[in-house]
Amino acid sequence: MPATAAAPRPAASTHEILVARNVHKSFGETEVLKGIDLTVTEGQVVALIGASGSGKTTFLRCINLLEEFQQGSITVDGDPVGYVDQHGTRRRISESRLAAQRARIGMVFQSFNLFPHMTAAENVMLGLVKVKGMAKAEARSIAEHWLARVGLAERRDHHPYQLSGGQQQRVAIARAVAMEPRLILFDEVTSALDPELVSEVLGVMKDLAQSGMTMIVVSHEMLFVRDVASHVVFLDAGRILEEGEPHAVFKNPASERLQAFLGRFTDIIGDITAR
Amino acid sequence: MQKTYFGELLKAKWSLLQGFATTVEISAIVIVIGLIAGMIGGLLLVYGPKPVRLLMRLYVDVLRGIPVLVLILFSYYGLALMGVNISAFTAGIVALAGFCSAHMSETFRGAIDSIPAGQTEAAKAIGLTFPQRFAYVLLPQAARRIVPPAINTAVEMVKGTTLLSIIGVLDVLLATQQTIARNYMVIEFYATAMLFYFVLNFSLSRLGAYFERRFGFIRY
Repeated sequence: MPATAAAPRPAASTHEILVARNVHKSFGETEVLKGIDLTVTEGQVVALIGASGSGKTTFLRCINLLEEFQQGSITVDGDPVGYVDQHGTRRRISESRLAAQRARIGMVFQSFNLFPHMTAAENVMLGLVKVKGMAKAEARSIAEHWLARVGLAERRDHHPYQLSGGQQQRVAIARAVAMEPRLILFDEVTSALDPELVSEVLGVMKDLAQSGMTMIVVSHEMLFVRDVASHVVFLDAGRILEEGEPHAVFKNPASERLQAFLGRFTDIIGDITAR
Repeated sequence: MQKTYFGELLKAKWSLLQGFATTVEISAIVIVIGLIAGMIGGLLLVYGPKPVRLLMRLYVDVLRGIPVLVLILFSYYGLALMGVNISAFTAGIVALAGFCSAHMSETFRGAIDSIPAGQTEAAKAIGLTFPQRFAYVLLPQAARRIVPPAINTAVEMVKGTTLLSIIGVLDVLLATQQTIARNYMVIEFYATAMLFYFVLNFSLSRLGAYFERRFGFIRY
């Protein structure tokens, strides 16, 4: 595990990385996002919390268009993701342009999704070589750098099935970070892990956060959210119900829904704001 | 003079070698066309727009449901009546390749479909385009699942070439029958033909086993 004592967080920037406006998303008849507005500035770590089915994962997946959304807009670094407005009609952008946008948005999944036919290093190198057009030697040295950074220098030539869940997830993080994205999305990345493996992954994420990476994190790890997030957003039934600085939100939840939601965690881990 | 097997084999060698060459040539052409068309067909079955998907599905299901012999007779006699004049050789390839493509399409479709959706999502997330996702992420993983049924189909195609002797393609079987008509050595020359088919198909199976081992490390 790399030391996390590193440099302090860079001063908050006002450069807007993500701007979501009035995002609506339906699966058939069921509307799961009912108008999400969110702005994320450079270096921010935004945590999306909420009960299952509240829409947090769906919203995260809309950001790199793994889910299509029917209304509203999302821009990353000023570039509208997925759709453009052409003379008043909403058009889907071309596959190649979408691929280029996705390359600037990293994503780490709940189920790791490493490529099983490639070694850890090859998993990290694929995007560098095929998307960024790097020479293999250069890509390999970058892959080795990031694998070392997540504590897996020794495992670089192992295939995913030879790695533990925590190690696989750290490779997946290295794969996302190596692309030097403007923003990384984390979708419940510790939910599929055995409890004793959770901290090694959270440690890597904390390290990344402290290095100034802009991150949007869907998580049920409330202590991690409290300690690492700079902004927390509570989703309920497809809407943002409350948001703000974690300590403030956790200490004085305004809505009954958030009180009830947090209550379920306090039952298990005690007062979130106390420790 | 007493007829010996080797004496007769020597006499028939050009006819038989010609038959071997024809069988190998037709098999190779049919299998290669089947693999390429099957890959395209499989992709269309999974990713094609709905009308294309339905058409492909119709093609696959119809061709898989018709006996190869009927396809062969239709493509030889039927096409001729419709004004398409092709040789028995070409007609045979059309029928077998059409049949092979249908089976291979279904094989590719099944293999592509069986790869977890997360693989495509992860490939999208790092910015790979569709052809890149297919070439570097899906196909290598699908290959392992494609090999066993594809080899099976290939072996069936080699065996299917014998049906072309009915429309007069001078393959191993017809060359053997002609040889036997001259020397009446039924057991010896059918055994020779069997040995030939066995060696060809056994080699295909070994090739399949090699590829299966080659891709065997892919585990989830």
